[in-house]
Amino acid sequence: METDKPEKLVLNQKSAQLSELIKKLRKGDQIALAKAITFFENDPELIFYLQGELQEILTQSKSHIVGVTGSPGAGKSTLTDAYVSALRREGKKVGIIAVDPSSPFTGGALLGDRIRMKRHFSDDGVFIRSMGSRGNVGGLNDSVFGVIMLYKLYGFDYIIIETVGAGQSEVDIAYVADTVVLVLSPSSGDEIQLMKAGIMEIADVFVINKADIEGAELLKMNLETILNISEVCKPIVMSVATSGKGIDELYNEIEKHRIHLYETGEISQRANRRMKKHAEAILDKRIQSVLRSIDSNDVNAMVNTVLAEICKSRFDG
Amino acid sequence: MGDRKIRVLIAKPGLDGHDRGAKVVARGLRDAGMEVIYTGLRQTPEEIVRAAMQEDVDMIGLSILSGAHMSVCKRVLELMSQYQFHVPVFVGGIIPADDGEQLMKMGIAAVFGPGTPISDIVNKVKEIVGQEISE
Repeated sequence: METDKPEKLVLNQKSAQLSELIKKLRKGDQIALAKAITFFENDPELIFYLQGELQEILTQSKSHIVGVTGSPGAGKSTLTDAYVSALRREGKKVGIIAVDPSSPFTGGALLGDRIRMKRHFSDDGVFIRSMGSRGNVGGLNDSVFGVIMLYKLYGFDYIIIETVGAGQSEVDIAYVADTVVLVLSPSSGDEIQLMKAGIMEIADVFVINKADIEGAELLKMNLETILNISEVCKPIVMSVATSGKGIDELYNEIEKHRIHLYETGEISQRANRRMKKHAEAILDKRIQSVLRSIDSNDVNAMVNTVLAEICKSRFDG
Repeated sequence: MGDRKIRVLIAKPGLDGHDRGAKVVARGLRDAGMEVIYTGLRQTPEEIVRAAMQEDVDMIGLSILSGAHMSVCKRVLELMSQYQFHVPVFVGGIIPADDGEQLMKMGIAAVFGPGTPISDIVNKVKEIVGQEISE
């Protein structure tokens, strides 16, 4: 179609710029990596230009994706910071994606996860990118899929994704990470909270952080009981992220899980699950944009008619 | 297609612990729809420039109340040319008028003193970033 032309030109331009950046980032250029991430953030569909040989390299990549989730203030960033130190001692290169919530009203965001990760700011082996959730309600941002690919191309050994402070149903990380770490703290609530569906189901490794404050042992006991009832055997790590206590154990449990994934072949199932979720995210976005493109007056009129009907039937009958 | 957000890094270089101003500005920019990366207290120029680079921000805001603004800003600008990463920098804090002029000559994009309305800072950031994007 004639009308498609200018847009297509922009896309071609963008994909050319993106391939140039990818060439550079694969040689270790962090500025190129940062700029490529911005491309994806502003237009997640550019991923379609990462085809061919890149796809091949991506399937060979062994970067392990660790998701860190848990309620706000449980200590996700501090724990991530301590875990990164443990990985660095082993000489592993680490890429971090830290997601914080975007305002549903203004679209703005205050991204503060870096505050807890200061000691890695001048380390070349650690790359931190903060992101707003930008309308995603599952605890992530739709561009994480693209960023994961870029991180893999750059060659990070470990990719850590820290979700927004998650309550009960922000479980998207389960579809994205190879290993999900759920961070609880003694203020997480009673055993009924632990029995609820949602976030409690997605953990591969449980961490009870702030283990030095009252209630930590009780929480552990409750959690063990609940896991017993459901006949699942998952590790529980007690930690104090601010002092580094329990971090070696966390490191070991994640390694055990990683090895387990490879031994059982589950690693490829997780990769497939991630790809499927990615496809869904793209589809969702397209549907939304189609809905938005409908003349807003028509939609408003439609919604108002429906609402009026509902109110009418309710009050009349 | 794309939905471009202005990203700003707000940093607090140096040793003083007074970050109320930085927080007020960060919050104001957030409410104006920007993504604000706040790095917390006691950052070195090196840490600030590297963070800005990884976050690919459109602008850096430095909050300085310790009187070290001349040397801090000079170092930040030097490091940006060393890394070949160039974004406009604004400074807020207790900056004497003469120093403010000097800073602008050095290449700082804007200087905001105490009592500057948040809306002024928001508008200035939008204006400066807008110019950069269109260039």
